[in-house]
Amino acid sequence: MRILKIWWPLLSSSLAIVLEIWLPNSPKHPPVAEPYFLYLLILASVLFLGCAVGCCLRAGFRAIIDDKAYFYAAALAALNALNLVTNKFSLLPAIFFPTPDRILNVLVTDFPYLFADCLGSSAKLLFTGFFSGAVAGLITGIAVGFSKKISYWVNPLIRIIGPIPPTAWIPIVLVAFPTTFGGGAFLIALSVWFPTTVMTSSGIANVQNAFFEVSSTLGAGHYYQIFHVGIPAAMPFIFIGLFTGTCSSFITLMTAEMLGVKNGLGWYINWQREMLSYANVYAGLIIIAVSFYIFITMFFKLRDHILVWQKGVIKW
Amino acid sequence: MVAVFKNLFNLSLADDNDEKKGKLSGSISVDRVVKSFIQNDGGRVVALSGVSLEVGGGEFVSLIGPSGCGKSTLLRLIAGLNRADSGSLYLDGEKITQPEYQRGLVFQNPLLFPWLNIHSNVAFGLRARKIYRENKNEVEKFLKLVGLEKFGRAYPHQLSGGMAQRASLARALINRPRVLLLDEPLGALDAFTRMNMQDEILRIWRERKITMIMVTHDVDEAIYLSDRVVVMSPGPAKIDTVLDVPFSRPRARSNPDFLLLRSSILKILNYGGQIVEPTYQI
Repeated sequence: MRILKIWWPLLSSSLAIVLEIWLPNSPKHPPVAEPYFLYLLILASVLFLGCAVGCCLRAGFRAIIDDKAYFYAAALAALNALNLVTNKFSLLPAIFFPTPDRILNVLVTDFPYLFADCLGSSAKLLFTGFFSGAVAGLITGIAVGFSKKISYWVNPLIRIIGPIPPTAWIPIVLVAFPTTFGGGAFLIALSVWFPTTVMTSSGIANVQNAFFEVSSTLGAGHYYQIFHVGIPAAMPFIFIGLFTGTCSSFITLMTAEMLGVKNGLGWYINWQREMLSYANVYAGLIIIAVSFYIFITMFFKLRDHILVWQKGVIKW
Repeated sequence: MVAVFKNLFNLSLADDNDEKKGKLSGSISVDRVVKSFIQNDGGRVVALSGVSLEVGGGEFVSLIGPSGCGKSTLLRLIAGLNRADSGSLYLDGEKITQPEYQRGLVFQNPLLFPWLNIHSNVAFGLRARKIYRENKNEVEKFLKLVGLEKFGRAYPHQLSGGMAQRASLARALINRPRVLLLDEPLGALDAFTRMNMQDEILRIWRERKITMIMVTHDVDEAIYLSDRVVVMSPGPAKIDTVLDVPFSRPRARSNPDFLLLRSSILKILNYGGQIVEPTYQI
């Protein structure tokens, strides 16, 4: 049974290839220049064949695929089912549920535009907003956490402004900012700023007082304590704040692009929806999923690197 | 343990700062100190009512007493973590106003910084005082002193309680404080680790000629380690009796004189009924 396990993905992709070639396409879907779905399946088959053969030859290979073999097989089966439901039997409305072939076709033909223009523009907006929001959030959080006076004046402001969903500012921001890029970046910054500030200041407030006492008997001054005791001790909280901020920045980015900014993936999706080109909408969604996945994975890699001393508090 | 002891003899840690010590011996003087705390319900609790105590440079003094007798409060005042309501405290004639590295403090909880590895924990004081670069070698030396030279790269959660407490000791000692304050440093350790650590503390005390003031609940520990035992009593919190421990070191815990002193301390602490006096003589 264990020997068989590694062959499951290959079996699944082969089945999909057979069905794809053997069954005729439904006439309800417009034909595509190249059978990209078939190419994808062949690519997967070659890959999994290589893995399975590799497993038989070398034991070390096994670790790569063994654990996930059933998952890959199921994922390929799901794609196969999607292909059958759309391309072969056309069981769903053709206009809203395009074939995998057409989605892949968009990804391939529109790739330069999707990738360089839309993704590039979104990334620029996201990074500008995210980093300025994170830095502002850290500074506010640290100041509020350590200074009673700043906390007295700034905390009410945080409590009133913070909970307003950043997207609710769109009508004002689009008028107030000279460029939509500036406005969008401001909104994203706002959505990162609030959770980062709150978690940073509460993280600092939660640091055991004994750590400050011990460090003061070791010769640490006030500022040394802030940067070498308070902030590192609050790091787990800070990362929770940044993570929450990351998620809400994605939402803000998409909303801002759909409502005001005439650029980026959110705008692309909205535009294609209006044109009823749903294949393009799905292609845009796939790019969003993949790039946000990469973003969050990198974020957690950074977190694990900084928080080696307490690995695995938030799992991803 | 053997390795630890071997290191100690090879290392001459008493070499430095000895000339300076002549003047600044690390004597502590507590002069009619009063301290009270305000409770949550607004009531005042008197934690110390006019306590005076002189501790000579290089002396080992234990503070012992039931909970609420103010021994930890006194230690915190000496450390400078709290301010006295009235009266004052001095280190070598200099008034104590705030915590500083000259008065190192080791708590019951090792309180190692969990985000730093053991090496960086020990180096913390040097870095905080911005003298790390010139004294890099010190860290290895002090890790060796407490037998943790192989654990520099480990993180605190990977150490056992005894090892963590040693690291905490090294972290306080690397600053070469004149006085080391110990707040029940061995309270959380098991009996065997505890006895090993007592010997270790004693050895460091001897070698570094450092003044040590230790709060403890353990009468045996107090007699085993100290030159003097300060017995404190609650309500109002004050010093009850100060007892000299005239025995030469190393001390045997089963020695009749040891047991006699032990029972007289217990008597002061009102545990008289449970004491069995030694009935034999050597």
